[in-house]
Amino acid sequence: MTEEALHGLTISELRVSFDGFTAVDGVDLRVGPGDLRFLIGPNGAGKTTLVDAVTGLARATGSVRFGGRELLGRPVHRIARLGIGRTFQTATVFENLTVVQNLDIAAGAGRRPLTLLRQRRSVPPEVDEALTTVGLAPHAHRLAGTLSHGQKQWLEIGMLLVQNVELLLLDEPVAGMSHEERDATGALLRTVASERTVVVIEHDMEFMRAFASSVTVLHAGRVLSEGSPAEVRADPRVQEVYLGHAPERPTAAAHVGEEP
Amino acid sequence: MTVILSQSFTGISIGAVLLLIALGLSLTFGQMGVINMAHGEFIMAGAYTVYVVQKSIDSAGTSLLISLPLAFLVAGAMGVLLEWLLIRRLYARPLDTLLVTWGVSLMLQQLARDIFGAPNVNAQAPSWLSGRITLVDGEHSLTLAHSRLFILGLAIAAVVALTLTLRRTSLGRRIRAVVQHRDLAEASGIATGRVDRITFFIGSGLAGLAGVALTLVGPIGPTMGTNIIIDAFLVIVVGGIGQLRGAVIAAFALGVLQAVMEYSTTVSVARVTVLVAIVAFLQWRPQGIYTLRTRSLA
Amino acid sequence: MTDHQTETGTGNGTGDETTTGNGSGARGARWRLAGGYAAAAVLLFAVAPAVLSDFRLEQLARYLCFAMVAVGISLAWGRGGMLTLGQGLFFGLGGYAMAMHLKLADAGPGQLPDFMLLYGSTDQLPWWWEPFRSPVVAIAAVFLVPMAVAAVIGFLVFRRRVRGAYFAILSQALAAAFAILLIGQQATTGGTNGLTNFQGFFGFALNDPINRRTVYFVIAGTLLALMLLTRQLFLSRYGELLVAVRDSEERVRFLGYDPALVKLVAYVVSAGMAGLAGALFVPAVGIISPALIGIVPSIQFLIGAAIGGRASLVGAALGAIAVAWAQTTLSEEFPAAWTYFQAGLFIVVVAFLPGGLISLRQLLTRRRPTPLGAST
Repeated sequence: MTEEALHGLTISELRVSFDGFTAVDGVDLRVGPGDLRFLIGPNGAGKTTLVDAVTGLARATGSVRFGGRELLGRPVHRIARLGIGRTFQTATVFENLTVVQNLDIAAGAGRRPLTLLRQRRSVPPEVDEALTTVGLAPHAHRLAGTLSHGQKQWLEIGMLLVQNVELLLLDEPVAGMSHEERDATGALLRTVASERTVVVIEHDMEFMRAFASSVTVLHAGRVLSEGSPAEVRADPRVQEVYLGHAPERPTAAAHVGEEP
Repeated sequence: MTVILSQSFTGISIGAVLLLIALGLSLTFGQMGVINMAHGEFIMAGAYTVYVVQKSIDSAGTSLLISLPLAFLVAGAMGVLLEWLLIRRLYARPLDTLLVTWGVSLMLQQLARDIFGAPNVNAQAPSWLSGRITLVDGEHSLTLAHSRLFILGLAIAAVVALTLTLRRTSLGRRIRAVVQHRDLAEASGIATGRVDRITFFIGSGLAGLAGVALTLVGPIGPTMGTNIIIDAFLVIVVGGIGQLRGAVIAAFALGVLQAVMEYSTTVSVARVTVLVAIVAFLQWRPQGIYTLRTRSLA
Repeated sequence: MTDHQTETGTGNGTGDETTTGNGSGARGARWRLAGGYAAAAVLLFAVAPAVLSDFRLEQLARYLCFAMVAVGISLAWGRGGMLTLGQGLFFGLGGYAMAMHLKLADAGPGQLPDFMLLYGSTDQLPWWWEPFRSPVVAIAAVFLVPMAVAAVIGFLVFRRRVRGAYFAILSQALAAAFAILLIGQQATTGGTNGLTNFQGFFGFALNDPINRRTVYFVIAGTLLALMLLTRQLFLSRYGELLVAVRDSEERVRFLGYDPALVKLVAYVVSAGMAGLAGALFVPAVGIISPALIGIVPSIQFLIGAAIGGRASLVGAALGAIAVAWAQTTLSEEFPAAWTYFQAGLFIVVVAFLPGGLISLRQLLTRRRPTPLGAST
């Protein structure tokens, strides 16, 4: 996949409400082709809901365009077929299937019915490649349910790779990971992002600083600030939100305010 | 015109029976997510309670009044026993709960056959319930049986009592807390296991009441529960999970639809039509009349 | 026949059978499979006809029909997670389609079936009976009609994401409504009595024991064929996808599949199997009636599969045969005790051994559901 083939994500006037509560309130957001964008903000800022709206899980108004196509109003599986993939806060893999089977299913959305009805005789090359990329080759034939939490997250990322997505939306990919796992995931993200447009929701500011190429801060369903990690860190409104409204997250605030 | 009215009244009385049964289900299925197929046999237990009480007390009226709380207790106790023995081990597997409780329902039916015999029996209706109220006299007379009115009253009373319990009492608050967030409720000091058991007691007890009501309009038999339980489940499906008002609307809507269709076609065609109507309705509102929206993945 | 099978089917998993087929370990599995089916064929085609009386063989034919339904249930429920409490609907559609043809064939060209003359309520054949005069139409209808009905139901239900308990209750209500409809239309369906008293089966007299044996052979052959077909589905990529849909429908959707379509295929195939079973049940047993397809028989279909092993093809089929056999032999002598025993076993297995009795084998041999084949 070449740089020219990449598409950007353009969100305008996006609004999502549940039973009177507006979770996303008129968000305008552009993620350029090949960007590695971090989406941060205090709890309840609407980060996950935004991703839900983009991927068709939550009903929304406004407009979400990817590569010239409007996404809103399409069913989830159609959006996925346009090359948009996501992960969830809690790793969701098919626990009763092996790692290879998980990846093979992810690789196969475009398969013809006749292919589906046949047995898989060997491991498809793209699955093999993904196994190596996410470092699960030694566990290829283990049931996914027996993997560790971090390994499941990597398997999910691997599934997105073989799914051949152009836009990756990752919801807290390093939450609950050990330090070593986090570093490995960061390196993995870099590899992945070199050929794709990536949006990451993250609470871990250290992780963000190490890997983000741009950052959007959401607060109360709106965009509060946007720019490079350094610009966002310097924005007084961001410091206000983290220091003034979220005292229960002092580490996050400290990281935002910290000079490199 | 009076024909439609009179069928509507029939429908409302069908709806009242459905509602009584569905109320208990809306607690156990709606609030707790447990599909208890033995609910129908708790109804049967309530009905046989009337039969047994009448064996020792001659007056049909007195025995009916004694049977009401007694049937509630009997069916409630059976519910608690079932919850404690089996269901609490299966909260994570709702479909297996359905199958397990169906096995229990088979056993309870056989138990009833062994104790009371396979043929249906009848309970005496008290004299003060045997009359009819005439609303419109003449060629198309419009009458309402006292027994039907009694069932309607019982259903309304049960709805009001249940609503008050859930909204106003501390028990109700605990039940709702466990329904909404089990782990959080547990963390804030609510004994969720006990709350589950109490919820099950009330839900099953309501089935007992429904059983008492059913003795006024039909015979008592080992399989009396099976035939009506599917309809009651459909009420919950249409009404929406965990919603009392949904159950109320759905029960009466299905009852009236059934009665009106029965008049214009036959009983069997009416049943099929009602079912088709339900499938069509689910196309429009797959989660029932009232839904709780969540953003969880499942 | 169990000892030779390769299917294992863990409780909720797919067992090792889905991971065979790549590498050298698969070769042994394939030989064991071939051996297993050969042994089953010898048992069904040579041993059983040799040792069983005509009466017992006909009973076995009936159990094999139930096994066909159970095979479909293991596909839809065991692998697809759709708790089909209403297979009686499809069993009945297939059964009635066949029975209508046999009735018309018995009556002769242009004549009415005997029961219609008996009730005297109609002197003209209803329009929807007419096509069943043709044997070709009837044979096609026994599986196409159930599959078409399942396709319509499935499309409406899965598209709107009606699932879990909602689906179970709805499917059960449909079976109940179908039985009630048949009872209500006595003049054209035979009502509670159903359709019975068949003289011939595609030109062969059913009172001839040789022909009844032939019916048994047709049933045994059909069951084996359906099992091979289902096994292929289990092992295929579709089979893996079906398990994925069962375990996390939403996740599959985010991978670009439409889960409704995936489920629909399994549901429709299982309906076709139930229809075929119902159709073959008719010449084997000589009756189809509402009592055989309502709520209770619909759940009975499931009991065998649940006790044997819902996710295992062999478990489900053997479970259905064993339960049906026990039902006939034990319930005649101890009706009450049998009910308690059957219900008790069902409760214990579903609650504490969801993989069914066949999963005991794994527990006993401590075989882990790790894959056999090595990656290439």
